[in-house]
Amino acid sequence: MLEIKNLSFSVQENGKSKEILKNINLSLAQNKLYVITGQNGSGKSTLVKIIMGILSQTSGQIFFGGKDISSMPIHERARLGISFAFQSPVTFKGLKVKELLDIASGQKNSLSQNCDYLSKVGLCARDYIDRYIDDKLSGGELKRIELAMALSRKGKLNIFDEPEAGIDLWSFDKLVSLFSSVKGTTLIVSHQRKILEIADKIILMKNGEIVKVGGKEEILPLTTNSSCTKLRGENE
Amino acid sequence: MNKIDKKLLEQIADLHSTPTGVFNIRKNGEAVARHSDAEIEIVPKKGKSGIDIIVKNGVKNKSVHIPVIVTKGGFTDLVYNTFYIGDDADVVIIAGCGIDNPTCHDSEHNGIHTFYVGKNAHVKYVEKHFGSGIGKGGKILNPVTNLHLGENSFVEIDTLQIGGVDSSLRTTNATLDDKAKLVIKENILTTDNQQAKTKFKVNLKGKDCSVEVVSHSVAKDSSRQEFLSNLVGENECFGHVECDGILLGDAQMISIPKITAKCVEASLVHEAAIGKIAGDELVKLMTLGLSQEEAEKVIIQGFLMG
Repeated sequence: MLEIKNLSFSVQENGKSKEILKNINLSLAQNKLYVITGQNGSGKSTLVKIIMGILSQTSGQIFFGGKDISSMPIHERARLGISFAFQSPVTFKGLKVKELLDIASGQKNSLSQNCDYLSKVGLCARDYIDRYIDDKLSGGELKRIELAMALSRKGKLNIFDEPEAGIDLWSFDKLVSLFSSVKGTTLIVSHQRKILEIADKIILMKNGEIVKVGGKEEILPLTTNSSCTKLRGENE
Repeated sequence: MNKIDKKLLEQIADLHSTPTGVFNIRKNGEAVARHSDAEIEIVPKKGKSGIDIIVKNGVKNKSVHIPVIVTKGGFTDLVYNTFYIGDDADVVIIAGCGIDNPTCHDSEHNGIHTFYVGKNAHVKYVEKHFGSGIGKGGKILNPVTNLHLGENSFVEIDTLQIGGVDSSLRTTNATLDDKAKLVIKENILTTDNQQAKTKFKVNLKGKDCSVEVVSHSVAKDSSRQEFLSNLVGENECFGHVECDGILLGDAQMISIPKITAKCVEASLVHEAAIGKIAGDELVKLMTLGLSQEEAEKVIIQGFLMG
């Protein structure tokens, strides 16, 4: 359902071109759960931002459902069914939780529908529905609302960029089971072993390249025990 | 009332017909409808244009509508309205002015509103301004609000300039007694070559009094906005002014804060931020399926109306 061919991404740094992603080739199947992992700076978040259209690749192509979306703007990709939950949720001045849930789901939701979306991420709709999405909410609350928005889109491809960031441990366990129940294809950027363990396939990245794609039995032994920020055997 | 009158009243006061309760509707410099009751009396001023609105002590949960409409070109309206709010009263006042100018001559409304707010009284004052019309003549509004807040009183002012006003100068002067609290929320949208200027001066005279001013402005195209605030802390008090602005196109926005503390226990804060629409807000909404134009509209709407 998603096909990435020969994708590269470079930035200019001190007048020189720096390659962030190198010749990425990746194929995601329908209704599978993928987790991208790897060291900090390996290009995981950059890759998913390019899939969403937030960043533009320097070269290469992206196909979604057989359609070339390589130069398609963000909102058109969203309308095709790609949803994206940010690592650092965005705050707004004057927009309420219910307004963004309505926009996200493309309809005017009832209280019970919003309750469904928010309760999945451990929030009570009555307490949050009329709250503004601003810095009066804690980082954890913002993160859960961000996840609720992504879930309400009912995307064909659901991307979550480090969903564990800002979530407490108790809620994190619930979120892990939530990801298993998301319909469609799911692509999660994560370092967390518990998330890696629910993956159908793990995509391991290093220095802007995909070094291996495989099942958890194959990939997990290559990672450190607590997280995947370092590959096993690598020097600190 | 004709179609234009109804449209203006709907825009500025959410009125779809003659209001129930106490009201005074002014059109082109004259009162066209008025109603008082046993608790709130509206009395025409003698010697000058305007009305006195007298709210008796202890009146609760009442509202007063005093909208003004101007539908003539080349017309300047000047009105003095004075509000006497009794002790312990609790009222909502819906004011505002709509101008529909069908000519090439300017139309102007200058509303001078003075409030004497009694002890422990609670007032919500809503003022919307709106301009329309097929003529090229200017739609000019210059409201002045003078407030005297008695001990432990609370006044909340919501002002909204939603569009079509070519030039406005909004002046607010307030004096607060002990424990009085004033909250001012101002939302202004300017487009094309429109100009809007706001001047606040609040004297925090009483012990433990406070003021909170929140101004959200959006300036588009070649419009210009100016925000001047002056808080004077004369006692143990708290004052906070927040001026946020979004700029689009070739618009300009100026924020000039002034805070004067005349007492060591006065705590006065001014915050101002002017800039374009935040890129991350646009991107977030686009990931939810909105085009850039739709996302900008949602952000501006939320910023002004939220």
